[in-house]
Amino acid sequence: MEVPILKQGDYLIASIQSALTDADLSQLREALVERVGRFRARGVIVDVTALDVMDSFAVRTLRDIAHMARLRGAETVIVGIQPEVAFAMVQLGLTLKGVATALDLEEGLAFLDRLKGGRIDVERHGQRRIDHGR
Amino acid sequence: MATKVKEAQLAAAAVPPPKPEDTGPVLRELVAHLRQNRTQLREEWVRRIIQAQLLTAMTEEEIFAEATSVYDSYVEALETGTYEALQAYARNLSERIIPRGVETHEVVGIVLLLRDVMARSLFAKYHEDFDKLNRILDSYEPAANRIANTVAVGFVQERERIIRQQQEAIRELSTPVLQVRERLLILPIIGVIDPQRARQLTEQLLRAIRTNRAKVVVIDITGVAAMDSNVANHLVQTVEASRLLGATVIVTGLSPEIAQTLVTIGVDLSEMATVGDLQGGIEEAERLLGYKVVPLEDLAPKA
Repeated sequence: MEVPILKQGDYLIASIQSALTDADLSQLREALVERVGRFRARGVIVDVTALDVMDSFAVRTLRDIAHMARLRGAETVIVGIQPEVAFAMVQLGLTLKGVATALDLEEGLAFLDRLKGGRIDVERHGQRRIDHGR
Repeated sequence: MATKVKEAQLAAAAVPPPKPEDTGPVLRELVAHLRQNRTQLREEWVRRIIQAQLLTAMTEEEIFAEATSVYDSYVEALETGTYEALQAYARNLSERIIPRGVETHEVVGIVLLLRDVMARSLFAKYHEDFDKLNRILDSYEPAANRIANTVAVGFVQERERIIRQQQEAIRELSTPVLQVRERLLILPIIGVIDPQRARQLTEQLLRAIRTNRAKVVVIDITGVAAMDSNVANHLVQTVEASRLLGATVIVTGLSPEIAQTLVTIGVDLSEMATVGDLQGGIEEAERLLGYKVVPLEDLAPKA
């Protein structure tokens, strides 16, 4: 089953609706990495609320998506990991190191907004400094 | 005593239940004998219980009353070959006597004593007719062994049920997840963390993170006396699982001893945010959440 990817402002939202095969996951990875560039996205959210199992391939693919998207200029947040899934993942040693996580879609959006806000602040700050220089 | 129980179990398993058509008359005779001599055998039994210093937690009258019920259930189980009633009685008895501190060896002991008392009386009655004694014992022994088994198993099961219940209660009591501010949870851990408790703790915390939509969790382990690499790893797992749900975990209250142990045994806690005490942990959590707590006096002059 193909995962729909929605564009919402600067963000791409991929909402996984059912269990995915390895091929589906690879397809999702390719589609997301490609669209980050096409839509000039600054953030990617992958919603896994509907998944009640996550194997090592799925976790690795999610991590790869995050790292690849970062190389293309977008920050990735994985949202909606179920408590049981989180517990199982940790026991298997699949901990998504270096990837941002959030409780749900709302939190994920808030996280990305904060990141974006942070960047704009830095830019404004820089500009002000330049003004002072003059 | 353990070997005796083993023997009883082995015997019960090895000897197939007697076929009713063969042993019917013999069994009837046996039961009739035991009914006839009820008073005498019962007294003999109680005497031997007291002599063996079993059931010391109960008075003599109580022992006699219980002995009467057990005796009757015992004979009934022999007669009918069904153990449900006896099983129910054993469970009921266990429920009453376990809180009074009656031990497993005592319960097994009294049932075996009753078996011996009855066997003795059978020897006494049939010692002249060896063939008949053999036939009587053929039908008596397997049934008696099964009864001993049933009672012992019933007692142990009841005991285990109580222990499980209490463990559950202790666990429920000992892992409260408290919300101190919007999106800030505290998990004070007190006592010993074993793998099962660690697992339950993590599950409870993860559920609480979800329902309270927590961003920061402070785990306070001031009340944990000792920690080994297993417990430390459980803690790391809890922290990682919480992060997967988008919550930051701060661990507070590591005692000097625990800090030394962890460094000595080389547990990697670099992934974990630790703060000295619970107060510091809450302050750090508030900072992460963007709160600032200011005394009212400091606010007043500005306003």
